[in-house]
Amino acid sequence: MLLREVGYARPGSLDEALELLRADDGARALAGGQTLINVMKARAGSPDALIDLSGIDALKGIELAADGTLEIGAMTTYTELVESSEARARPILGQVCAQIADVQVRNRGTIGGNLCTNDPTNHLPPLIAALGAQLTIAGTEGERTIPASEFFLGVYMTAAGPGELLTKITIPAGRQDGFAAVTLGVEGTCIASAAASINGTVTVALGCVDAVPVVVTPASAGADDVRAAVRGASLEPPSDVHASSEYRTHLAEVLAVRAVNQAGGS
Amino acid sequence: MPVSTEQTITVTINGTTYEREVEARKLLIHFIRDDVDLTGSHIGCDTGNCGACSVIVDGTLVKSCMMLAVQADGSTVETVEGLADGDELNKLQQAFSANHALQCGYCTPGMLMSATALLRSNPHPSDDEIKKGLQGNICRCTGYWNIFEAVKVAAE
Repeated sequence: MLLREVGYARPGSLDEALELLRADDGARALAGGQTLINVMKARAGSPDALIDLSGIDALKGIELAADGTLEIGAMTTYTELVESSEARARPILGQVCAQIADVQVRNRGTIGGNLCTNDPTNHLPPLIAALGAQLTIAGTEGERTIPASEFFLGVYMTAAGPGELLTKITIPAGRQDGFAAVTLGVEGTCIASAAASINGTVTVALGCVDAVPVVVTPASAGADDVRAAVRGASLEPPSDVHASSEYRTHLAEVLAVRAVNQAGGS
Repeated sequence: MPVSTEQTITVTINGTTYEREVEARKLLIHFIRDDVDLTGSHIGCDTGNCGACSVIVDGTLVKSCMMLAVQADGSTVETVEGLADGDELNKLQQAFSANHALQCGYCTPGMLMSATALLRSNPHPSDDEIKKGLQGNICRCTGYWNIFEAVKVAAE
């Protein structure tokens, strides 16, 4: 398909990319392009310029600190997360990335793109919320680091504003994690999802039930407490061709229990 | 690093290096089919779902309808035309032929490239690994079973 005319640049440094984004209101960051290019085909978005982040080494790589903290560059692909020995420090990351779409999409799609798109059906926003990740955002004025709970603002909206870039995702040590989803076909788009992490306390993040992941903290990992916590969130999920609001509310409870069970709760 | 709507790119496809002026909005699949005239790679859905446009860029399997030609500047691309040695089909292609792994044939270039990428990284895949390796490719004739068989035979 012929896209609308668009400018393109592939800067070699973060500063250069931020400057290009700041200089043009119509410029957008291009990460793996597995969402953005299709959005442009559908004319649902028509950037004037694409700032390709693939030439910026500072946005790549996975580092594992001695205390088990993972630092993941925003341009890290799903395939890199699946294959990385460092990322196995938090095995759920690779397990969930291996379920996203297909080989081709996993080879180009990035963790930063997935999070910044914040499509409610994406796998990674609820997972990152459950794992207690911190996200670092850079702008021409400097950088700041915020918790996942402050990062997701609405459908397709995050705290990484115009002229800013998500640069890295920092995930604390932990192993007791789970993820469960009902998808459109095997490993397709989520109809409802839940991510869970047990680290002293139990944290569950529910996906596809609101504009942003809904985080609940059950009193224990027991199924009754998990169900009670989900009910306590008074969810009012959207209805669409794939599921009614009532069905999504039901799935949220069921998937929360499954995710907590996988995390080792039962 | 200026922002530009046109750029000269250099891409090596199946061993031949092409230098072309392209618009930034041009998808890689259009560059391959229209600018370089290698029409083996197909456009099926043009939405990133069907995989008919799958090619290998710098060793990585991608859907070339979800990548801009300018993003491939400096890259090495492999398409279905690069598989055979002259008129001699390679082992995978022969297995597709022998196992009737194509009906209308539209998905075949993408299936071959996905299977090529799979067998390169995993020469002896399990049944599940073959299915997962071809997950991003849709066969509208639903001839999946023979495609699966052909990949299995090629891996033996």
